[in-house]
Amino acid sequence: MNRLMERYLRLDALPTLFCAGCGNGIIQYAAISAIENLGIRKDTALVSGIGCSSWIPCYLNMDVMHTTHGRALAFAQGLKLARPGKKVIVFTGDGDCLAIGGNHLLHACKRNIDITVILVNNHIYGMTGGQKSPATPENAVTKTSPFGAYDEPMQGAEIAMSLGATYVARWTAAHPVQLQKSIEAGIKHKGFSLIEVISQCPTQSGKSVYGNKDPAFIINYLKQNSFIYKEGMEEPSGRIKCGILLHDNDKPEYIERMENKTEQYRKRL
Amino acid sequence: MKISIDKGLCKGCGICLSICPKNVYGFSANRNSYGSSMPEAVSESECIGCSLCERMCPDAAINVEEEQKCG
Repeated sequence: MNRLMERYLRLDALPTLFCAGCGNGIIQYAAISAIENLGIRKDTALVSGIGCSSWIPCYLNMDVMHTTHGRALAFAQGLKLARPGKKVIVFTGDGDCLAIGGNHLLHACKRNIDITVILVNNHIYGMTGGQKSPATPENAVTKTSPFGAYDEPMQGAEIAMSLGATYVARWTAAHPVQLQKSIEAGIKHKGFSLIEVISQCPTQSGKSVYGNKDPAFIINYLKQNSFIYKEGMEEPSGRIKCGILLHDNDKPEYIERMENKTEQYRKRL
Repeated sequence: MKISIDKGLCKGCGICLSICPKNVYGFSANRNSYGSSMPEAVSESECIGCSLCERMCPDAAINVEEEQKCG
């Protein structure tokens, strides 16, 4: 067993319930190595909603809160306001964060509260059997779109950028080192940070989105069909835009603002 | 480099076989606890210790360590 993971995983809960070749394990390793590098194991609280990706923190021997469907961000904001000293990391999926929890995402972005969100986007509702999710690409044949999806997919990272998140990055499961560095930067960043990870679901999206259920094929597909975005570059069409999309240090953080406001109010009394 | 693969955790997805830049892995004749084919470090001496397989293994089954040389 891996030496680093051995120290962090709940060994009695192993093996994980993830399918063979699931991207969740890769993201789990990236998150653990980021926490290990920063040395914040004791000061970190992990929050997750419902879905396959929300099982990632449940296997870790740390402070974990497994909450209701879509409300992971709402719980995380409450936790951050109650315990501002904790580093809060939220693991959430595309169905959890963009569909049922969409409203919470909008408001958390708007507030610019200091939490780190890892949005695991596998393009499908994996746990319930392969239904269409808001992030399913066009023309993907799923259980609930048998003639191919005919609406445009939702872009989590772009939504967060437009609503005022201050650190936004997107990587795929085929970029583990960059993903780890982004998670580190997101934790260090003071403000709302969202890291979208395009992950593979060999069982469900392998069948309906990629057309091949082999995890190695999907990893190679993600590697070849993505490009790393640098500012001002020409964007090739039809490929996944990866990289750090936004890093803004100027916008004030929610708890800071709240404290300033209460301070002003106290002075007036 | 010393490569060890945990038989109880490996699910036989084959990601390590495809991503290794030095093609260290091959399928072994042994089966893991799930009953699927599991990888084996065929050419362990070729390993450069990039630890990409460690990072990309979804089940934390692979451990790559530098060998302790005695004497």
